Formats: sequence, C-alpha cells, structure tokens
Amino acid sequence: MTRLLAWLYLLLAYGFILLPVGALVLFSFQDGRLPVPPFQGVSLRWYADVLGDRDLMAALLNSALVASGSSAVACALGFLAAYGLARHVLPGAALLRAILVLPLAVSTLIVGLGLLIVASRLGVGLSLWTAGMGHVVINLPLCFAILYASMGDQQRNAERAARDLGASEGQVIRLVTVPMLRPALVAAFFLSVTLSWDEFIVSFLLTRFDVTLPVEIWSMLRSGLSPRLNAIGSLVFLVSIAVVAAVELVLRPGRRP
Amino acid sequence: MSDTGRGWGFVAPALLWTVGLFVVPFAVMAAMSLARLEGRDLVWGVDWGNYAQLAKPQIARAVLVSLEITLTVTAVSVLLAYPLAAIIAFRVPPRWQRLALLLAVLPFWTSYVVRSYSWLLVLSKQGVVNQALLGLGLVAEPLTLANTRFATVTGFVHFFTMLLTLTIYANLMQLPRNYARAAQDLGANGWQTFRHVILPLTLPGVVTGAFLTFVLCIGDYVTPQILGGNNELSLPQVIMVQLGRRADFPLASALSIVLMGLVMLAYLLCARWLRLDRV
Amino acid sequence: MTAPVTLDRVAHSFGPHRALGDIRLEIAAGEYVVLLGPSGCGKTTLLSILGGFVRPDQGRVLIGGRDVTAVPPARRPTTTVFQDYALFPHMTLRDNVGFGLRMAGVARARRHEAADRQLALVGLEGAGGKRPHELSGGQRQRVALARALAVEPEVLLLDEPLGALDLKLRRSMQDELKAIQRRVGTTFVHVTHDQEEAMAIADRIVVMNAGRIEDQGPPDRVYRRPASLFAAGFMGEMNRIPARRGPAGVETPLGPLPVAVPGDAARLTLCLRPEALRDGSGAWDLGPARVGDLAFFGTHFRAHLIPERAPDLRLVAHLPPDRAPDSVLRLAVDPAELSIFPEEVP
Repeated sequence: MTRLLAWLYLLLAYGFILLPVGALVLFSFQDGRLPVPPFQGVSLRWYADVLGDRDLMAALLNSALVASGSSAVACALGFLAAYGLARHVLPGAALLRAILVLPLAVSTLIVGLGLLIVASRLGVGLSLWTAGMGHVVINLPLCFAILYASMGDQQRNAERAARDLGASEGQVIRLVTVPMLRPALVAAFFLSVTLSWDEFIVSFLLTRFDVTLPVEIWSMLRSGLSPRLNAIGSLVFLVSIAVVAAVELVLRPGRRP
Repeated sequence: MSDTGRGWGFVAPALLWTVGLFVVPFAVMAAMSLARLEGRDLVWGVDWGNYAQLAKPQIARAVLVSLEITLTVTAVSVLLAYPLAAIIAFRVPPRWQRLALLLAVLPFWTSYVVRSYSWLLVLSKQGVVNQALLGLGLVAEPLTLANTRFATVTGFVHFFTMLLTLTIYANLMQLPRNYARAAQDLGANGWQTFRHVILPLTLPGVVTGAFLTFVLCIGDYVTPQILGGNNELSLPQVIMVQLGRRADFPLASALSIVLMGLVMLAYLLCARWLRLDRV
Repeated sequence: MTAPVTLDRVAHSFGPHRALGDIRLEIAAGEYVVLLGPSGCGKTTLLSILGGFVRPDQGRVLIGGRDVTAVPPARRPTTTVFQDYALFPHMTLRDNVGFGLRMAGVARARRHEAADRQLALVGLEGAGGKRPHELSGGQRQRVALARALAVEPEVLLLDEPLGALDLKLRRSMQDELKAIQRRVGTTFVHVTHDQEEAMAIADRIVVMNAGRIEDQGPPDRVYRRPASLFAAGFMGEMNRIPARRGPAGVETPLGPLPVAVPGDAARLTLCLRPEALRDGSGAWDLGPARVGDLAFFGTHFRAHLIPERAPDLRLVAHLPPDRAPDSVLRLAVDPAELSIFPEEVP
C-alpha cells in the first residue's frame, strides 16, 4: 500500500516538474501561431526563424562572451584568494573570508542596484562590460568557496614536498596546486558559466544597447505567447544541458589516478 | 618578501574587486537610501523619509505580499520535496537513483526567464491545464490561472521543489545507513524510525535549504513579474517600478535595505532555531 | 534472556557474487561464538542475516526454535552492536539506551531508570545526560553495548565491535565483553578478523573463508589442530613444510614421519606452530639447525632456523625466554602438534 502510494507520488511529482519544460519543448515544434494545445504538427520553422534573427543571435553571442569571460575572471581571482588564505598566515583571515563570501548573502537585485547607482554617479556608460563585472561580483564568492574548500591537507603535503625538492612558489602553484585542483577548478568555472548564462536581473540593470540573451527574451515576452519564445527557450535549455554534460565528461576522466 | 606580504598579494585582487564593486556600492546605496529627491535633483543628507514610506498602504502591502508568497512557497516546497527526496533515496533501486534525481531536477537547467514563461504555456487561458479541463468537461469556462498569486506561487514552488529535493536527497544519503538499521533493530517501525531518527538528523539540512529558498524567493523579480502580473506587486517589483518610472533611486535603495533586513531577520530566526535544536 | 540459534543450509548471493554457501551452524543458548575470517569472507553477511537486515536466498534461521527467516529486525529477539556504533547523535546517552524501551511503549520514568542501570553496568554511571560526541571511542562502544542489551535480547550480535579502538583498549574491552556476557547470560555472536581477539573471548570460534565455514571449535583446538590449511594459516604464524606421501607415512626434507594421512593427495603440506619446535629430543627428530636472526619478545625468543638437512628451508621457532638459545639447536617435535593437509593448488 505505502509502496503504491510512493510510486504514485513519484509519478505526480515528475508530472509537475516536467510539465512546463515538456510544454516548452513540444510547442517549439508547433506548426501554428500559438504555442498551446492542440498540437498541430511538427515544424522547424520557429527554429529557423530564431536562428535567423540577428538580435537574438547577437544576444546569444553576448551571453556566451559575458558568461565565459566573467567566469574566467571569477575563477582566477577566487583561486588566488583561496591559495593566499589557505597557504599563508594572514591577520584577520576570518574577516577576509567573510568579506569575500558576503555577496552570496545578498539578493542579486541589490548587487545590481548598488552597481547601477555607482555607475550612474561616476557617469560610466552601461554595456556588456558593466554587466560582466557584475557577474564576477556574483560568481566570485562561489568560486572562492569551492576552491578554498578543496585546498585540503593532501594538497598541502604535496606542495611542501615540491618546496622541499627546490621548487619556487610559482612553480609549486603551476606544477602541483593547479593540476591537483583541476576538478574543483573545472566545477567552479562551469557552475559559474551556467549561473551567468541564466542571470537576468544584473544584466537587465547594467546593460543598455547590447544585451544578454535572457534580457532579449524578456523584451520578447511583451508580445505574449509565441512559438518563437519556445524555440529560443528550448535552445537555451539545450546549451545548459550541454554545459552540464561537458562538466561530467571533463571531470570523469579526471578521477583517474 | 615576507610570507604575510606574499599572502596579501594573492588575496588582494579578489578583495579589491569585492570591496570596490560590492562593499562600496552597497555603502553608497545605504547612503542613497537616506537621500531625498527634489524634482529631478538628488539631495544628500540624513532623511528617514524614504523609510517612512513603508507606512504607505501601497508599499506596506508589497512587503506583506512578498512575505506571504515567500512563506507559502517555502512551506509548500519543503512539504513537496521531502517525500520526493525520501522516495528517491529509499525506494528507487540504487542504480536508478542518479537517473531519478536527474529527471527530478532537469528543468533546473532551463533559463530563469524561460522557466517562468513555460509556466505561462501551462496556466494561461488557452494553456495546457485549461484545455485539458475544458476537454474533460470539468469546467465550462477557462479558469483564470495566469496573472494571479497562484501562478507566482506555482512557478516558485516548481523551482524550489527541485532545489530542496537536491539538498534533502544529499542529506538523506549522507546519513549513515546504520542509524535507521539501529532504530529498526531496537523495535522501531517505519514511521517511528522516520519521526525519531531520520527527521531530526536531517532537520538542519532542511532548515538550511528552507532558508536558501526564503532568500532567493523574496528577492526575485522575474517570477512575480511574468506570472503574477501587475494585480498585486511584490517588494522587488515595487523596487523596479521606482527605478523605471520615476528614477527614484533613494526610495529604491531604502526598499532594498528593507529587503535585506527581511533576509537578516530570517537568518536570525533560523540561526536561533538551529541552536535551540542542538542544545 | 538467552536462546539457541540454528542456521540451516543458509546461502546468499549479491548479484553474481556468492557471499555465503550452504552454511549450517548450531549455537547453544548462552554461548559466546566468534565468527572469524578475512574481509569479504561472508561473516558480516551472516551476521546481517541473523539480525534480519538481509534475507537469505536459501535456508532457514531459527532462534529459540522459532523460524525467524522472514521476520524483520524490529520483531526479532536480536539486537546489534554496529561497527560504527550508530549512536543517535541528537539524543542523550539515556535516550539512546532507552530507545528500544521507548519503542516498546515503556513509560519515560521506567525507561530512564532502566537506561541508567544499563549505563552503570557498562561503567558509565551518571553519564546519562551526555551526548555521544562528548565520549571517547571506548565509551561509545560501551553505550552501544548498553543500548543493545537494554531491551534484553535473546541473542546479541556484535559487528567488529572493537575494530575502531586502539590495540590496548581493544585488549581490555575484550575482557570486559566476556565478563558482561557471563553476567547477562545472553547468546553473543561476535564478528572479527582479529584472531587474538577471537581466542581471548570465544567459547567457540567459527573460521570462515569465501562464504564457507572452514573450521569450528574451542579456541585451543582450532589453534593447535586446525581442520584446514586456511584455518591453520589464519589462526596464527605457521611453518609450512612441503611433503609427499611415502610408503611408510610421510616423506619430508627433514626426514620421514611415520603417520597415517587420510585422503589420497600425493603432495602434502605439513603445518607446525612456532612454539611446537623444541630444542632437545622428542618423538620426531628434525636434526640439527643453525640459529639465524633472533629477537626477544618477553614471553619467548623468536628465532629463524636453518635446518642442516634442508638448508633451503626456513623455520620460525618460539624458544623459552629464560636464556638465549645456542647457535646450533637439535630440533624435535611432538607429532601430536602436527597438522597435515593436501597441498594447496594455487
């Protein structure tokens, strides 16, 4: 009896969770003007439409640039800070760690608003650059936290052994620390990429003419339900899934000794 | 260079970035919340007028709406996610668990804006739900589901059920199997094992997940804007209205500080509650 | 309370891996039985089957004459002391020990009283208000024992209960376990891979390997006269001398030995404990041997010997500790201390 209830619950939960995505993907192939039932047949015209749309493709490229660029910067800064705090004795280290993860505790709306106010005070024009800098602010705490947590004692001993054998600090980082942290670096980078790829509010507040994909989709929403939105939404979904799958593939062989 | 000096060298770039692009803007925003707008001119100073606007019905209502939505979403999501996580952890055979979990969080990877939009497909007048109900003859007229608080809550619950299923599942799997075995060994039935052993031991994880839900939910602008429409505004929506129409940065700043205050309050409540649990 | 246990042709597999095959075992009420074997030998699976956590593919489990094969753990007259103790971290020691009574519906005051009594029995008087994380490893072990005994089981199952303790503590806990078992009279079934621990506490040792029982009996018998080559090797250090069947008994590099060997294997292995080798005369003379490396162990000298009749062979002997042995010994053995098995085919 409880067994039956459990499976029934599982089924209903999956229905609830997968229903909107199912509708999104299904009606992206709708051969008609509205992405709602009844399904009128399979057509790829909305994909063709979306892929031929200059603004959308420009936004897609912008998103990719901002996501990879801001993630690379966040990872690099996060790695250096994690290394400095894990391997050197600094006064007030606990306070420094707290400051570095502080942006996590605040909603992204507030991060974006603060930057918007400062930018307008300083007369800095809004662009992909300002949005990218905002993304680094959001992603840096995560990258730092992940990398700091992975700098365990095992690495420390390997680093000491390398120092013992005459390596300089730069050589230790290059030849020991970074290779040993590779899985954590890959995880931090791609987590950061997926978050940045989906990020809306900071991009919305900090861009003006060139926008990222979520902002472009947002402005398309004003014209209501459309299979075009389904098509671009399905494509964005596909990219995210591809990134996640890539991480799995990159990290799996990394587990070899 | 000294060890400490080199250490500073490593930490400095990240620290400068965070201070320059987060701490300082935040301080400017806090100062801005005490400034005043006269016509189009900004007057700096210490003026609590922006905060006094909390007494205005329109703004007080937004705070209340945000709190109601967030608390409902948090409670419903926890109640939906716990059984789901437990069924995956304890009923699904181990070799299918990874797949079961992946399916349960698959839409997690759809874009934020797109996820809310896809609920419109389901809930709108001509949407999946209404067509199904009409088709089955259960209703004569399509129901108004979109542009309601119900739609906002549904969209939120969808996302946070996935998030909480992940965290609760991780919690359940971290629990050494022998705890449940020991309880059964000493005569506990399934419900007693859950009530006395599994639930108390996973509660800290659940509270952490619920807190995360609270923080992300109360600060979100996208979901209520797309799904809730403009019938009733949540706090983030009101903040965005200030930025758009009147460019009233001081009021927007003050309301953001209030938003942060609500999060702090939730944190203090959770922290206190968690510590009580440990004593 | 106490009860006898019968395992009747029990077999179990995990997927393609056969964990247990055709186990038959009788355990008397109040007996202290130790299941001994290397990791992966099936001893823990057997214990899980006794506790009801694993249902065997074949065979029956009887406790006190009742078939409990399909009875879930909660309704079995057994309790388990887990290897990791599995003490509930969110409960006090009193609530941990009283948990079984609480599940049985015993009122709070009475179960607290019983829990305090059990804690006193294991030497933790007055610690009822503490929590597991405040205790040392040895103390946690005692609490796990008290918790399992509090419901007065007929059979207590112990899964490597001393495995997490350091050597000194383990030796002293062995004595205590034995004493507690004598006091409560419950049947104890204890799993370990430490043969010294097994010899220290068992009424009967059951040696297991690859899902089978290799030997069972009182510790001294299993040690001196093991029933199989595996049991011989697992129970302690052993000299193995290659041998073959001859016309008048056994031919060895150290000379012929007039004993009858059952079976028909041509190639044999002759097993000899280090303490069975003596300096002087005995029923079987192995000839002179040179003493190589020598170490003093308090209770004996451990000597590496090179027999003159077979200079390629190395023997280990435990010699009396009262004086250092001479550089050349005359080796002798009592044939009653010899075990002979068919040679192991690798």
